[in-house]
Amino acid sequence: MKAQDKQIGAPMNRVDGRLKVTGGAKYSAEYELPNMAYAVLVGSTIAKGRLTSIDAKAAEKAPGVLAVVTHFNSPKVPGFDTAGKDPSQPATVGGPLKIFKDDKIRYNDQVIAVVVADSWERARYAARLVKAQYAQEKHKTNLEASVSDAFLPTAAKKNPKHPMNDYQRGQVDAYKTGAIKLESEYVIPTEVHHPMELQSITAHWEAPDRLTLYDKTQGTMATRRDFAKEWNLPEENVKVIATFVGGAFGNALHSWPHESAAIIAAKVVNRPVKLMLTREQMFTNVGYRPYTWQKLGMSATPDGKITAITHESIGQTSTYEEFTESTLAQTRMMYQSPNVTTRYRLASLDVCSPIWMRGPGEATGAFALESAMDEMAHMLNLDPLEFRLRNYTEQDPEKNKPWSTKFLKECYQLGAERVGWNKRQLKPGSLRDGEWLIGYGMGVGTFGAHRGAATVGAQLLPDGTVLLQCATTDIGPGTGTVMTQIAAETLGLDPKKIRFELGNSSFPKAGTQGGSSTVNSVGPATQEACLALKEKLRTLAGAAFASAKKEDVTLTDGYLTLAGNAGARVPYADLIKQGGDKAVTVEAKPGPEGQQYSMYSFSVHFAEVRVHELTGEVRVSKLVSCADAGTIVNEKTAGNQMKGGAVGGIGMALMEAAHIDDRFGRYVTKDFADYHVPVHADSPDVQVAFVNKPDPHVNNLGTKGIGEIAIIGVAPAIANAVFNATGKRIRELPITPDKLI
Amino acid sequence: MSSETDKPAGHDESRRTFLKQSSLLTAFTIVPGPVLQAATYELDEKVAAAFEKVSLKLEVNGVKHKLSVEPRTTLLDLLRENLNLTGTKKGCDYGQCGACTVHVDGQRVNSCLSFAVMHEGKKITTIEGLAEGGKLHPMQEAFVKHDGFQCGYCTPGQIMSAVACVREGHAGSETEIREFMSGNICRCGAYSNIVAAIQEVKNGGQKV
Repeated sequence: MKAQDKQIGAPMNRVDGRLKVTGGAKYSAEYELPNMAYAVLVGSTIAKGRLTSIDAKAAEKAPGVLAVVTHFNSPKVPGFDTAGKDPSQPATVGGPLKIFKDDKIRYNDQVIAVVVADSWERARYAARLVKAQYAQEKHKTNLEASVSDAFLPTAAKKNPKHPMNDYQRGQVDAYKTGAIKLESEYVIPTEVHHPMELQSITAHWEAPDRLTLYDKTQGTMATRRDFAKEWNLPEENVKVIATFVGGAFGNALHSWPHESAAIIAAKVVNRPVKLMLTREQMFTNVGYRPYTWQKLGMSATPDGKITAITHESIGQTSTYEEFTESTLAQTRMMYQSPNVTTRYRLASLDVCSPIWMRGPGEATGAFALESAMDEMAHMLNLDPLEFRLRNYTEQDPEKNKPWSTKFLKECYQLGAERVGWNKRQLKPGSLRDGEWLIGYGMGVGTFGAHRGAATVGAQLLPDGTVLLQCATTDIGPGTGTVMTQIAAETLGLDPKKIRFELGNSSFPKAGTQGGSSTVNSVGPATQEACLALKEKLRTLAGAAFASAKKEDVTLTDGYLTLAGNAGARVPYADLIKQGGDKAVTVEAKPGPEGQQYSMYSFSVHFAEVRVHELTGEVRVSKLVSCADAGTIVNEKTAGNQMKGGAVGGIGMALMEAAHIDDRFGRYVTKDFADYHVPVHADSPDVQVAFVNKPDPHVNNLGTKGIGEIAIIGVAPAIANAVFNATGKRIRELPITPDKLI
Repeated sequence: MSSETDKPAGHDESRRTFLKQSSLLTAFTIVPGPVLQAATYELDEKVAAAFEKVSLKLEVNGVKHKLSVEPRTTLLDLLRENLNLTGTKKGCDYGQCGACTVHVDGQRVNSCLSFAVMHEGKKITTIEGLAEGGKLHPMQEAFVKHDGFQCGYCTPGQIMSAVACVREGHAGSETEIREFMSGNICRCGAYSNIVAAIQEVKNGGQKV
């Protein structure tokens, strides 16, 4: 790619592609440190109660074992005694589990010991020799049995303006008196993120008060803050490195017990300690999308105008943290309804805390809302697309503000054409191909176009390349690649001469990679850092540049040049020789536009399914995802992200469910044989289309975010297509064959 | 390229602890102190190695290795922890995800499901051994071009499996590729792009 080409929007190959295809990319358990020790966790076998004793003698004597740390012998973790919460933390009440601090068991497979040895084999073997005794108490792990105990989140009780409070527009529960009405209950089971990389950490005390962590995290700075606090250390004494993260989908947005365990273990044995969870422990110790019960009531006029919606939700949380998510947000703003009521409640169970999973809350809520839209369209004998168009919102009905941009109608049109929506029949069960019933369905998704502050450092190096650094992480979307493109376009420099380094808490600060906010936040910081670098170089470049504008300065083939002045050419070498600092660090923050506009990304997903009439097998034969996500910086990586969300949606719709045997409070799904995720054969060739129109208000780049809207609305699109194929309305995911035959 | 290395697999520092505590060697406790001290470094290690380890010769990416490994060490852990070939990934350790796929004498296998000692005398190829010199294998090129990955963690396994899939003659159609690649999970969901990459290599007629 040549420097003069437009870089933003170009389908550039990933800058880290070569490392990923050659095995050169290093993930958190792959750093070689001298004298490495290996840690394996032991989990509780009860869901609630107290530890009365742990017999670790056999484990301690086993070959190669360096230490067995438990509640009974753990060194004191100073920060565990310091009360108080960080106001910058998200809306959770309570706090993460303080490992080994007390004898209390709060969920099954809670970490009760960490065994450290000189190899995996020896640590694994010794971990099996640890025996615990408990005083068991009666546990609760079933949400439906706990519905009567559901409560308003504490944060909402304390603050009437908190978004988890009940919401009301117009009359309360007005749907009950509507002309045409429905009332349906929906259930989504617990779903687990299951990134392919097992949650891993390498903890290294480089000095008694200096800690380096190679960790699977979506936020190097958040992880640094958490563990600096845990050990009462100044933040600059803790370094978190996450150069490559093998997927996460939300489960690395929180600090977990295994991280604390590795750090404690490294302290005890005074060696670097490597810890990798097992796939089974990925169910029990690093969060999940919570089991959620929902009820949705809706009424409409005979000509297809929604008159009222009531949407209630009860999600599960743990006994020690109140986890909340925006399950009901889409219902409040997606459709033009004069009366809307939402009520969000939690039920505390004896389980590990949940954590946001891709399209958090919204994906759960959209299953109910978008299924109900389809149910109502059916009752009205209307095409579901037409029904949505009749209730389209031209401004945000919740906040009464204009949208910053909304091109959802364009998405509807793009998707309907591509999937062949005109083949859809109003009457379910009308289309078939031999024994296969064919149906079409749609589902809409939305997610806030969030932007936070971010800082990027930029410097011109003596070899004429530009190095950019930021503490942001990349869990797979291609952050380094798109930032390189933004920098290349801003500088006028060949992308090959730019290196964007990330995933290190020592770099200039950025938020976590979550909530589809990275490009919205780090993108403008990259752009502004590059402009500042050009300005700095301009001031060093002599007379011809003195009066020029920084926008006209470009970096081309080893020279600083000036647009419209061919004679102005200063070699970088001359600038570098002048001494002085060639580096800039620039912070970019969101402006006041967020107060004036409602900012959202939008998506619509269209599915064609084939359902076998005898076996109930569902095949997704076509899936078309269309997004209004503002400017698309790289269609190749952005398209990939959309396809990936759609595949995640197939899992949510058709196969994913983690089951607890409530007698024991323990998961019976323990691996990929029990918990099915989509494989190659489950996925069609997903088609993606972007409107690709910039949003002028989120940032100068015009981006709005992709990660979440890629999955939000996919599951209901498939469920609605199954209804169209079979006439069977499945309101409890996943749609397994037993529900269809 | 071929070279001989001879290094122990695993770290031996704490074997002494085991030996001191093992009933077999309690006899040492009646031996005078200095003798015991000398023995802790030399004799104990050898005695313990005889109990715990077996010798193994295998060839990895053209390099011959003469190793001493515990029989319970999986091929995956041997590659990652002892040979520092971390390109082969651990995604489940149960043979369910394919992230650990390597070639053993040209066949794709889940390295987490086989013990290292089962591969005496065999030739192992990992993702690190697929490119020739600095030149990427056509499958690696195609994965980059078609963006056949996101986070990159399943990628080495996908590529090793994809190469085998083409060699086996199981890449005749999109449907066949999807069937014969279903042992390799990509949670990021880059399946469409992976299939496109495999089809390009298959149809390109290059030697794989």
